Amino acid sequence: MTDLLIESTVLEDRLRSVLPADVDYASARLVDERTEHLSVRRNELEPVFNEFDTGVMISIWNRGGLGYAATTDLSRTGLTAAVEQARSWAGITAGAMVTTAAPPSHASGAYASPVEVTWDAMPLHDRLELLHQQSRLLGIDDRIVDWGASLVRREVDQLLITASRGGDGGRIEQRFRFVYPSLRATANEATNTQTRTFGGHAYCGQGGAEVLGRFGFGDAASQIAEQALELLTAPNCPTGVMDALLAPDQMILQIHESIGHPLELDRILGDERNYAGTSFVKPEMFGSYQYGSELLNVTFDPTVPGQLASYGFDDDGTPAERQHLIENGILVRGLGGAVSQERSGLPGVANSRAQNWNRPPIDRMANLNVEPGESTVDELISSIEHGVYLHTNNSWSIDDSRNKFQFGCEYGQLIENGEIVRAVRNPGYRGISSTFWRSLSGVANRDSFTVMGTPNCGKGELNQEIGTGHASPACKFSDIEVFGGES
Amino acid sequence: MSQDARVDDQIYFDELVTTATASLVGDEVLLANVAGERTDFIRLNNGDVRQAGTIDQRTLTVDLIEGRRHVGGSIRLAGVRAIDDARLTSLLVQLRDQRRLVADDPFLLYNTEPTSTERIERGTIPEPAAALADIRSASGGRDLVGIYASGDTFRGFANSLGQRNWFESSTFNLDWCFYLRADKAAKNLYAGFDWNDGAFAAKVEWSAQQLAALAREPISLSPGDYRTYLAPRAMQELVQLLSWYGAFGLRAHETRQTPLLKMLVDDTRLSPMLSISEDTANGVAANFQSAGFLRPDTVALIVDGAYANTLVSPRSAQEYGVPTNGAANGEYPLSMSIAPGALPTDGVNEALGSGLFVGNLWYTNFSDQAACRTTGMTRFATFWMDEGEIVAPVNVLRFDDTAYHLLGDRLEGLTDTAEVLLDAASYGERSTISARLPGALVGAMRFVL
Repeated sequence: MTDLLIESTVLEDRLRSVLPADVDYASARLVDERTEHLSVRRNELEPVFNEFDTGVMISIWNRGGLGYAATTDLSRTGLTAAVEQARSWAGITAGAMVTTAAPPSHASGAYASPVEVTWDAMPLHDRLELLHQQSRLLGIDDRIVDWGASLVRREVDQLLITASRGGDGGRIEQRFRFVYPSLRATANEATNTQTRTFGGHAYCGQGGAEVLGRFGFGDAASQIAEQALELLTAPNCPTGVMDALLAPDQMILQIHESIGHPLELDRILGDERNYAGTSFVKPEMFGSYQYGSELLNVTFDPTVPGQLASYGFDDDGTPAERQHLIENGILVRGLGGAVSQERSGLPGVANSRAQNWNRPPIDRMANLNVEPGESTVDELISSIEHGVYLHTNNSWSIDDSRNKFQFGCEYGQLIENGEIVRAVRNPGYRGISSTFWRSLSGVANRDSFTVMGTPNCGKGELNQEIGTGHASPACKFSDIEVFGGES
Repeated sequence: MSQDARVDDQIYFDELVTTATASLVGDEVLLANVAGERTDFIRLNNGDVRQAGTIDQRTLTVDLIEGRRHVGGSIRLAGVRAIDDARLTSLLVQLRDQRRLVADDPFLLYNTEPTSTERIERGTIPEPAAALADIRSASGGRDLVGIYASGDTFRGFANSLGQRNWFESSTFNLDWCFYLRADKAAKNLYAGFDWNDGAFAAKVEWSAQQLAALAREPISLSPGDYRTYLAPRAMQELVQLLSWYGAFGLRAHETRQTPLLKMLVDDTRLSPMLSISEDTANGVAANFQSAGFLRPDTVALIVDGAYANTLVSPRSAQEYGVPTNGAANGEYPLSMSIAPGALPTDGVNEALGSGLFVGNLWYTNFSDQAACRTTGMTRFATFWMDEGEIVAPVNVLRFDDTAYHLLGDRLEGLTDTAEVLLDAASYGERSTISARLPGALVGAMRFVL
């Protein structure tokens, strides 16, 4: 199962030849994916699992209609049938479309994840032994009732071929290599159960085996287990209005839910209202809205080497480049691909992306990063008279306009008079996106800037789950409604 | 898709596994599962089409076992025998190679007493063009947004011991809203096996009436405790959260991660009005699971507010030394049923009196999982009621409260009918999860933002 389909000239020629030249725009998007799942739970190996997934999405825009057809049959007969299916849909939908704007691009180019150490340089036996080692470091106490270590390696090759009546055509080849490591320890005493993890699921990225070292995978297990135990005897997080210092592995969730989703142009245009929701952001806000304090600078940056959602082109074939979404607190640009930009007349980015060959692209976050400031983390802690340092997201909830939110974390540290005094459990906070970012009162420098990702963002009808990248330093917010738990 | 083609999926799977079985080496055992669909989808916004198309997919998942050592894998099937035979052969070679590196699995358990079954439910689904015309016509110029998905889905199990199980259905699912303005909308669902114009028209009329109520000036409520009626769809959000985090699964119980931990440790109980079961017989999910075990027609999970049974996957059965009841590895209900109560469904408004009528909840999660303290938002049609009459739609509110209150000491009643809710989710594939849930009247529900 090692021959790479993306290198098959026979298949590429076939894809090119079945695309019709008598329509406004047509594309064939081949996705060939290979995934390995390795997991050790409570010192026992879970079944090793290997996934192989290959298919093609045919898209046709023609005379005011649009149709998709997704197929696994890559024979000429199968692809031709899919083209006819998509053409039929374009006929059915002609005159009934929200928009007739097709992707304008027929770009050509290539992208490949940077890989320093190939995954297979660490043989399967060594990968399993690494997980067993980590598992033994997690299960260190009878009060740790469940624990596990896992590695997921995913390789995705994509080939996008485009064609049109005018004879234009493009070819984009992208080869992604992802690694998703995770560690987890759950401790229990009576009615109190506490779980610590390896950054939630955020410590993931593109690359090879070096991704493990990037996040210190081999050195984290002991602290995770110890902190899970520490939380059993820690007091509940205090409740009240106070300063909140958010660690990078909580900041990514804050960015994702209350900046990323509200800025998606397809939400603003109403496509998602039946499912993921709408947005408190209105078109007239772009260019003038004070989204956050002057310390807030947010970029859409698919060029960060090794970040989870880096790429050269989106799935409509638009070349991707770094753009500011929020500059010195002012909202300047939304998250929308070429079609959404055409529909809305708003500036956007190259973020039209599909989960797989069997879903059409929609507006998604890619890498959405809060740019570092100038303070050290110690300086931010020193500046807090009474507050909590919150680490690692474990609960997220936000309204359908992406405004009223409530988030929870695995591990908190109480700060009194500029010093961390103790761990607290069940820390959480709530707020309103449209005002929350204006309470941003400190942004740490590049020393704490951590490049991470969210592997499973859900959105769209049909539903799609996709990886998004987020990077951030620790950030301080003033006068936030913080609370603890009951257990 | 033609009926002949649908039959072919079953035959194709059988032949593929039969061929693979002939290639097994020594005492190898092969477990195989197939999941497939041919789906027509139409995504709508403002009554027009945003995206539309067809998805044709079949995934074959296998577990190659020798003794207690095994490795698994999956391939997408092309539907062309020569290609799929080659892909499967190549996969089996890789699994055999990897199997040399793994130790015995102490928790491996699969069905060794072959029991073959077949359940096929074919409906009457309109052609895509006709469905689109019906839906656009029904929107009547209103701002309709949502998704229509229809077509065949199938699940199959086969093993080298000769067991064959097949589940197939043809369904449609229109999950939509009529939007009035901003976030004010009437949410509805029309799903089933046979499209009926009259039934659809009734759904449209119900939504139109809700829209009229939503046209009143909305009010904003301050945080506080409010008497609340949770409609079945709101209940679905609450109990789904509990399900996903292991409230009804053995593994989460044994590892003390269940959100209903206090029921295990402190003998805390939910309301004696509450009885929950996994009701496979009346659901739309397959009655077999990936290791070949059949699901019983029903498993009582909560009876009169107390724990009765948990869902036990084969791995958990082996790990904790109890029999499996055919649960999938996730150990959450696929066909949850909450027994109706005594509150007349058509008298809900009067029973509520003054308080909140919550049609839908949204984005639920835990504030404190071990205490089963949950949070989430109201969404779509939520109204302030006074003396059983709608006063005004309510702007979205965040709740933060425990299930021990909402489904426990503050539960005043469950409606005397349960609504069948087919899951419209389609992550990776169209869901076959369903639920039968009554509405719930709660004496006080805490809202915090």
